[in-house]
Amino acid sequence: MKRRKFDLAATPGKAAVGVDDRFQVATPLRRLLNKVFPDHWSFLLGEIALFSFVVLLLTGVFLTFFFEPAMTEVVYDGSYAPLQGTPMSAAYASSLDLSFDVRGGLVMRQMHHWAALLFMAAIVVHMLRVFFTGAFRKPRETNWIIGSLLFWVGFLAGFTGYSLPDDGLSGTGLRIASAIMLSIPVIGSWLTSSIFGGEFPGTIIISRFFIAHVLLIPGLLVALISVHLGLVFKQKHTQWPGPGRTNGNVVGERMFPRYALKQGGFFMVVFGVIALMGGLFQINPIWLFGPYEAWVVSAASQPDWYVMFLDGSTRLMPAWEINIPIGDGYVIPPLFWPTVVLPGILVGLSTMYPFLEARHLKDRKSHNLLQRPRDVPARTAVGAMAVAFYVVLTLSGANDVIADKFQISLNAMTWAGRIGLLVAPPLAYYVTYRLCLGLQQHDREVLAHGVETGIIRRLPDGRFVEVHQPLSAADGHADGHGELEYAGWVVPKKMNRLGALGPAVRGFFYPIEKPVEAPVSPGHPPVEARPEREEIGSGESRR
Amino acid sequence: MTSDNDRRRGLLARLRGRPAARSRGRRRLGAAVRLFAALMLAGGAYTVFAPGAQAQDNPPLTGAAAEGKALFDVSCVTCHGRNAQGVEGRGPSLVGVGAASVEFQVSSGRMPMARQEAQAHRKPPLFTDEQTRQLAQYIQELGGGPIVPEGDNLHEDANIAAGGELFRINCSQCHAFGGGGGALSSGKFAPSLRPASDRQIYAAMLSGPQNMPVFGDNQLRPEQKADIIAYIQETLKHDQDPGGFNLGRYGPSTEGLAIFLIGIVALVFASLWIAGKS
Repeated sequence: MKRRKFDLAATPGKAAVGVDDRFQVATPLRRLLNKVFPDHWSFLLGEIALFSFVVLLLTGVFLTFFFEPAMTEVVYDGSYAPLQGTPMSAAYASSLDLSFDVRGGLVMRQMHHWAALLFMAAIVVHMLRVFFTGAFRKPRETNWIIGSLLFWVGFLAGFTGYSLPDDGLSGTGLRIASAIMLSIPVIGSWLTSSIFGGEFPGTIIISRFFIAHVLLIPGLLVALISVHLGLVFKQKHTQWPGPGRTNGNVVGERMFPRYALKQGGFFMVVFGVIALMGGLFQINPIWLFGPYEAWVVSAASQPDWYVMFLDGSTRLMPAWEINIPIGDGYVIPPLFWPTVVLPGILVGLSTMYPFLEARHLKDRKSHNLLQRPRDVPARTAVGAMAVAFYVVLTLSGANDVIADKFQISLNAMTWAGRIGLLVAPPLAYYVTYRLCLGLQQHDREVLAHGVETGIIRRLPDGRFVEVHQPLSAADGHADGHGELEYAGWVVPKKMNRLGALGPAVRGFFYPIEKPVEAPVSPGHPPVEARPEREEIGSGESRR
Repeated sequence: MTSDNDRRRGLLARLRGRPAARSRGRRRLGAAVRLFAALMLAGGAYTVFAPGAQAQDNPPLTGAAAEGKALFDVSCVTCHGRNAQGVEGRGPSLVGVGAASVEFQVSSGRMPMARQEAQAHRKPPLFTDEQTRQLAQYIQELGGGPIVPEGDNLHEDANIAAGGELFRINCSQCHAFGGGGGALSSGKFAPSLRPASDRQIYAAMLSGPQNMPVFGDNQLRPEQKADIIAYIQETLKHDQDPGGFNLGRYGPSTEGLAIFLIGIVALVFASLWIAGKS
């Protein structure tokens, strides 16, 4: 009998045909794999958040294997000597065991915490990119709202995780959270006692926060992230204006193979950065905080950075107590305004911004092309104002550490924060607005007169003028060069940036190819026409 | 007759024999002598029993204290005044602060102070150990006060875990969980415990320097003080930071700074690199 020859090269193809015969996936998969994504570094910031969320899920699952979410009192007998014999909750004891007695536990805990900080930081940076480039405009308002909600849900995830180890710092944070809830008029005391199962701290809060932290909030995050990505897919990514890029197309790379490979590589980079930080930088040394006791409050007790603006607003708030003489008298504590009302306003303003702007500009059109921040000075200035507001609050949240380490009076820091909160945002608005106008002006100058060459020519009558390299050929204007129209994209400002819109020199650190020869004649550098780009279509038409 | 007279006179008089008729001058002299003796007796008894201020006008200083006084009169008298009684608006009286206070302030370089400000800063000490002891002895002999026990190692056989608990309850509010110090109001601060020696920490707890409260022996027993010192010296200073570089142990504020300066910056460069490869 003749032995059948096994053709290795044909195996994948055969298997694929087999799959397609049964599931008919070839047509939709082709559409998916040919989908085109525009390429710009700023479009990768959201991916940092996505990938750190993946790291959070991976490390978090590891931590749940060893963490015991209970407040039953135990006496620690693990390997960290300075706490041996100390009574503490089972949650704290198991967190210590995770750090000192579980192999690889400490690096996993630290990676989880760094990944959480990175998740929130990347969300904020991504959000700034979307805001300043106008990517939130119609038709993408829904995705902007989902993104803002992702920040606030991530905020909750971070806070519940911060509370779980039941160390001195997390207990202090919980106490503040209970005070914030208590400050809400009318419902405060009911809300607090229903969450804590009675008076603070009770015996149930860690178990409740645990299930919120490992099931409810991650479930919500996964759902929101899926819708967020699904909408990016459906509505297609925005792109910068440029040659061949219009409001009605997408120019970029196909999903497979290049874009997928790049994203895979970027995931490895994000994972690597988180792993390095988890291994090199100590974060949240719970063994130094000790078990939570109501009477232990350390100096420099701060929340993680994304909550610090609330701490700052509390520190800056004057002690204005409102007494309402109804019945036995009713008090609205000053804590209510900076910790409940302020975040409420911030959530409302941030989620509603796309509609506010569209209403203000009476703009009903769909926008798929991004705007450079300088071209929309009002929006850029409003964004700078918001950033200034947030930064003043965040710095005030750490004002005791700043006061101590830079030897400034703490009282002076508080007053600087109060004044800064009122002065810095309008100042940021004004300065940013002027900067944008100045940058626009310079772009127009270059388009009209060309790039400065650095060559000074002396005229027969003794005057000196600088020679400009026009960006376009002379077209019969009196002064010898024509005026170009601004295309909404980078205008070359230096001689060696001319032609920068063409393909970049290949190679990392060292160019693989030999750079173009330097022009011989100074005054007349050979500016060649940029090579034609060919448009890569996704095979589907755009509405 | 004689016997009658005898009976009427007292026994002593009878023993002395017949009274001689004394002259008026002699009687006056005797009264003066008796008055003088009574005054001497009362004055002497007062001098012996009453610890009045006059008694310390010129206290017999021991040798070390005399040396200390000489140093004091050169370096400290400007602010703390003659006989360490203080100068209004410049420096407090040192009578009764004890050797512990002098040892803390002088050995940590806080005294002599560089200038009048919210709080004295730690700096290299100006006096040698020997001179510090002499100054301390002088102040001790002026008015008494708390004294740090002998020896450089004050935390032998102490319980570190108990010390940790006491540290977190009593010290961490101001000196922070890692002993790095923290801010107080109006430019005052709790200093870092990192450079402090056993004796300085003990002296600080006993004397309550600057804005620190006094932790007397009835609040923290000497063995509890030893426990706290053991926790600071053995754990806070020698902790190997198992998680890596500790970012100054300033809590979440430097961690937030690190994620932006290291994490976000590194990844933005990575995204520039990846997006540049097209």
